[in-house]
Amino acid sequence: MTAAKKSKKTDMKNKSSKLSVSDQFHEEFEETPTWTAVITVLGYAILSLLGWLRDFLRNIGIENKKTSQDPNPKNFVPLYQSYECFYTRNLYTRIRDVFNQPIASVAGATVDVMERISDDFNWTFKFTGKKLPSINLGSYNYLGFAENSGPCSEQAIKSIEKYGLTTCSTRHELGTQKYMIELEDLMAKYLNVEDCIAFGMGFATNALNIPALAGKGDLILSDRLNHTSLILGARLSGAVIRTFNHNDIKDLEFQLRNAIIHGQPRTCRPWKKILIIVEGVYSMEGSLCKLPEIIEIKKKYKAYLYVDEAHSIGAIGSRGRGVVDYWNVDPDDIDIHMGTFTKSFGSAGGYIAGKKSLIDHIRIYTHSGCYSLSMSAPVVYQIISALSIIMGLDGTNDGQKRIQQLACNVRYFRRQLVDMGFIVYGNDNSPVVPVMIFMPAKIAAVNREMLKRGCAVVTVGFPATLLTESRVRFCISAGHTKEMLDHALKAMDEVGHLVSLRYSNRNHSRRWNELNRANYDNEYISC
Amino acid sequence: MGSSMARGDIENLATDFFGLFESFKHAPFYHIIIEVSLLLAVVWLLFFRKPRPIEKKLTEKEKQELIDEWQPEPLVPPVDSNHPALNVRVLDGIVGKTVEIDGRKSLNFATFNFLNFVGNQRIADKAIQAVQKYGVGSCGPRGFYGTIDIHLELEERLAKFFSCEEGIIYSYGFSTIASIIPAYSKRNDILFVDEGVHYAIQKGVEASRSHVKWFRHNDINDLERLLAEQDVLDKKNPKKARTIRRFLIIEGLYVNYGDICPLPRMVELKYKYKYRIFIDESVSFGTIGQTGRGITEYYEYSIGSIGGFAVGSSFVVDHQRLSAQGYCFSASLPPLLAAAAIEALNIMEEDHTLLFETIMAKSKRLHKKLLSIKGYIINGDEISALKHLRLTNSLNTVGRLEEIVQFAQSRDITITVARYLTDEHHLPEPSIRLILNVEMTDEELEFLCTVLQEALVKVTA
Repeated sequence: MTAAKKSKKTDMKNKSSKLSVSDQFHEEFEETPTWTAVITVLGYAILSLLGWLRDFLRNIGIENKKTSQDPNPKNFVPLYQSYECFYTRNLYTRIRDVFNQPIASVAGATVDVMERISDDFNWTFKFTGKKLPSINLGSYNYLGFAENSGPCSEQAIKSIEKYGLTTCSTRHELGTQKYMIELEDLMAKYLNVEDCIAFGMGFATNALNIPALAGKGDLILSDRLNHTSLILGARLSGAVIRTFNHNDIKDLEFQLRNAIIHGQPRTCRPWKKILIIVEGVYSMEGSLCKLPEIIEIKKKYKAYLYVDEAHSIGAIGSRGRGVVDYWNVDPDDIDIHMGTFTKSFGSAGGYIAGKKSLIDHIRIYTHSGCYSLSMSAPVVYQIISALSIIMGLDGTNDGQKRIQQLACNVRYFRRQLVDMGFIVYGNDNSPVVPVMIFMPAKIAAVNREMLKRGCAVVTVGFPATLLTESRVRFCISAGHTKEMLDHALKAMDEVGHLVSLRYSNRNHSRRWNELNRANYDNEYISC
Repeated sequence: MGSSMARGDIENLATDFFGLFESFKHAPFYHIIIEVSLLLAVVWLLFFRKPRPIEKKLTEKEKQELIDEWQPEPLVPPVDSNHPALNVRVLDGIVGKTVEIDGRKSLNFATFNFLNFVGNQRIADKAIQAVQKYGVGSCGPRGFYGTIDIHLELEERLAKFFSCEEGIIYSYGFSTIASIIPAYSKRNDILFVDEGVHYAIQKGVEASRSHVKWFRHNDINDLERLLAEQDVLDKKNPKKARTIRRFLIIEGLYVNYGDICPLPRMVELKYKYKYRIFIDESVSFGTIGQTGRGITEYYEYSIGSIGGFAVGSSFVVDHQRLSAQGYCFSASLPPLLAAAAIEALNIMEEDHTLLFETIMAKSKRLHKKLLSIKGYIINGDEISALKHLRLTNSLNTVGRLEEIVQFAQSRDITITVARYLTDEHHLPEPSIRLILNVEMTDEELEFLCTVLQEALVKVTA
């Protein structure tokens, strides 16, 4: 029921000389059909009503309270007010079985999902012991490095034998091993910047380093759809935070101008510095940030730019170097490059890269320098070997093949979904493919039906997305073969027919076997 | 004539007034209300409204000038290239009981390797098996296929180990406590926090935006005073008091001081003043043994792995699964680290009393030996395996402590000055943080004391 989003088809022909990929920049966010919006809200209203009724019955004792009880109930202020947990008790629990699904194998292109059953409507679960091998469309495994065999895991195993698992010390004390320096140098070369520093956790990289970069008297302009870690980091820094509409360059410019003209609130003193925070690929929308335009604006108004490439490093760009590579911009134009190793490198951790003076400052003032243990050896060696493969330093072109495979898979998958009549958000080249479901009950239906057909997908609703914009989010991997994608598309076709997901008004609703297979196959092979 | 006309006028006036008065009585009620409000509005406009200054809008030219003139500060201030963080010691090998620096082996009293699990073969084997089964990373947050069966096993084992109902694991020690505190304590709640808590707790407290009341380190009387003050405020406004949650945040063994919190007394106060206790047992877990098994914990050090966890009743822990940011929005712990932790727990359970008795006994012995060296102040409980060493009063500077560290390094003993960021809430005095490894022999402890003595002589000469 939120204001309808207008669809945006941005033609970037005049910037095509900067694009390394020859396609136009094409992003779509089709408007929610009115009837769908009405029925979705009605659905939530009915659920809430039922929820209130059930709560009432629980309070007067007719129905059993299934949640766990507070061990200190008498006279203690309750730990959570019951209304805070209303959503959890009455809506979330109904479909709880589709979230937090445990797996029992490596989270590669296929995964073994552990089967769970519940006798009491999802309040408690039991494992049957059976494992369901499924195509993994939910894990962040863009380049397919989540493998339990191969050069990367061999290196990781060797490193455990040589270095143990941890140094048990912080970076400022005895935690700096030679492999950390090797990793940081390699990463700096990969990104074509002066220096880099790596941390043990991606979330913490944002949350603990933005406070070292911004403080009181600074302004942070952050995209409305930024990740929680960025928001937490901005809040902890003590700077003033303002948001601009998602990917809206005009709004960003307007906010910048306003900020510089009027200065800090109340005192009207000029800002000490302004930091713009954007992401490379937004994980819920599948959209890419408009980097060249943002860089133009940032130069015009003398602001600093922080780009979080958690989902785009390795997955976007002709050489896999992220949005910088995709847009072919100068890496020095971006002041702070940030990214994670979890998604494309099959490991864990995060990094910040940029000029040497910046990295030196971060080395001294980062919160994780004195208070967190340094990275574990196998984790680091996994990244180093993955990087060597991507950069081609191992002598093969395996890395380049993976990047191309991913790009092919993404285009193939997206085209067919759109042609079948689903509403697919995001950029044509982003490996994150959100397909809209809207209604709350369908979140569970899609997930369960896809699992029955051998596909493990991720369906998200409130609060990760807006209340009425639930979606199923596919994460394509270079490890997916054409057969796997076909299987997934067929399953989606059936589920879409069963549950009525073909909402698009712009694209015809077609069944999978009505599509002209030859076209897609040819395109895939020529990729 | 005039007077009669005047009289006539007055009579007219009087009848007019009378007529007016009569009409009031006949007028509908709403009419009167509207008239009265209009009258009041007029009075207000005339007498009470403040004159609004007319803002002169900026012209486009002025705006452009402002934009052109504005000069931001550089992104980062100039950096001192001699800062110790930029000149760290680089290692290349296992950092266990001994560590190799620049080709020389030295005894390691600097890393948090209490039970000497770093380099333990059993743990390494289990980790290797985990890599061969699960790969290295988990490729997703807990909600989206990042929950691996080994995580569930670890959570169950931890809960059993601490005799609690449920456990929850995080992938990074710092963010464990920094996510847990804001998950429970919101803007209107009150946190009673010990001044000596470490930085991660301070950040968690900041992130929660609650009211914070700091009490002096390990000073129960100060805490009681604050609680009593709060109680007085509560009695004045009991309705509001019923909605304010209270939490006490302490550490089992303080990393910055080496001493233990007086838990029994705090539990007494808990039931008296009705607050909930969060204990951070990063250092006490695995080193102290019997005391310190509290409600919330974070382990990183003695178990030879990386990560964090919390244990408690299901009621409390379940809440974190949806509202702790570091849990929901972050990739889960790499399975090999979870496997290592499970194996470490196995070892701890098999060796139940021996390991912990040994470490407590050795800590006591080391404490006695250190006390006998004149010129050092030892901070820390005698059974604590983590101690802080300081020089007396005015001699205690970072420079001198660094000299001691360097001298020790030349004699093949590795120790370290405790490092802090300058914006700590209550910056501890400079000190050398000594950490005891359970496998250290008595001769090695003697050697340590000898070296420390010589260093003292050299530095104060």
